[in-house]
Amino acid sequence: MARLLDGPDLAKGAESLQDHTRRLGPVPALDQGFIATLGRTGATGRGGASFPVATKWQAVARHARRDVAILVNGAECEPLSKKDRALMTTRPHLILDGAFVAARVLGARRVVVYIGERHSVASRAMQQAVAERPASERSLVSFEAAPARYVAGQEAAAIHLINEGIATPTTMPPYPFVRGIDRMPTLVHNVETLGQIALIARTGDATGTVLITIAGAVPRPGVLEMSGTATVGDAVKRAGGSIDGARAILIGGYFGSWVDAGSAANLPLDAGILRTKGLNLGCGVIGVLAESRCPVCEVAGMMRYLASESSAQCGPCFFGLRALSEACIRISERGSNHEDLNRLQRWAVDVRGRGACRHPDGAVSLLQSAMKTFAHEFGTHTPHRATQQIGAA
Amino acid sequence: MAAKHFFIDRIKCDGRGLCAELLPELIRRDDWGYPIIAPGPVPEHLLPLAERAVEDCPLLALTLRQLEARK
Repeated sequence: MARLLDGPDLAKGAESLQDHTRRLGPVPALDQGFIATLGRTGATGRGGASFPVATKWQAVARHARRDVAILVNGAECEPLSKKDRALMTTRPHLILDGAFVAARVLGARRVVVYIGERHSVASRAMQQAVAERPASERSLVSFEAAPARYVAGQEAAAIHLINEGIATPTTMPPYPFVRGIDRMPTLVHNVETLGQIALIARTGDATGTVLITIAGAVPRPGVLEMSGTATVGDAVKRAGGSIDGARAILIGGYFGSWVDAGSAANLPLDAGILRTKGLNLGCGVIGVLAESRCPVCEVAGMMRYLASESSAQCGPCFFGLRALSEACIRISERGSNHEDLNRLQRWAVDVRGRGACRHPDGAVSLLQSAMKTFAHEFGTHTPHRATQQIGAA
Repeated sequence: MAAKHFFIDRIKCDGRGLCAELLPELIRRDDWGYPIIAPGPVPEHLLPLAERAVEDCPLLALTLRQLEARK
């Protein structure tokens, strides 16, 4: 079965349109019946929310009156994720195929490619790839740079930037599938999701794989394409590491959960199955925390980052995450204490669900998973000597 | 008539707290002054107060809505 990263050596960079078409053949002509095919494959979005692809297409099709727009999301703002850049840099035409299939099936006359402003190699590869496409496709496309802020990749923030130049989330509804780019119903997909769609368009099947960024205490951190039936332990092994030497695994990155290494080992890299266990594969980050690291300091660093990345629009997120982060830092720097532990528990519950976007929800989910997985460390933490830095955020 | 739920535009809301004063049965304030709404629909007998809270919100951040499906 075809996979996203099949084809020439990835170290050679972007596959040209000619090589890409020779390898995979042209995309067949498709109509709205393709939405049913997407539904049959059960494909879900790979930007973080794992939302069913076919449901999004149906929603855009239902609201389409005149024009619709396609937003190709390559913002990749998650600090630990590299997989979107890897795909844009090596297989840009797979992403563009997916975007143009969507444009044809849904009748879009505008395709906006939104790429993180610091992802210059990926951005050049995508621009070069667009330049290779026929004029009928090229003329639909424009590029927008996503600011290097955590929330800039959120779909409403992306649309806000494209429409008004401000990459902050907006209150929903209206949802993008009703009113997005230039008030048009807009299909927003992560670049990996579009790559999957390009292969489904050719074969009728999803690849059954996910792109994983493996980060932290492994000899070969980086991007892997893994089968959805493989486990977290398999991914760690493929990166040259061993789960036995790990204290815990971060599944789903900053929007995910900390899981005890022993329990994480046999979890499948399957968003649907993980969800039944209350976990979120998110954008596919697997972070490995070494036994030697202090989890409390690591979590304090992450919370400080997430608080600083609030777009400061909604009170519960701006003030709540700041208070949570400060309580974590107090525990990390001065040692565990009941008052702060109680505040963390209470505030985490209070803050959830009370932002225009899900930034605060992601932050408190991460914290709650950490307080469970590292309950012992949070309960007994004592300050380190001045030489140890707070975790790498 | 379908049940009504409170909806807060979190970007507009500035935590002035009038809603919580008018309707402590359903709305309390967090440690930073922002409203926390009790889950579920507004009970029938509280609807007049709920409508008053909507009208009195100085930032027009509070509305009563019949729930929409996500997609």
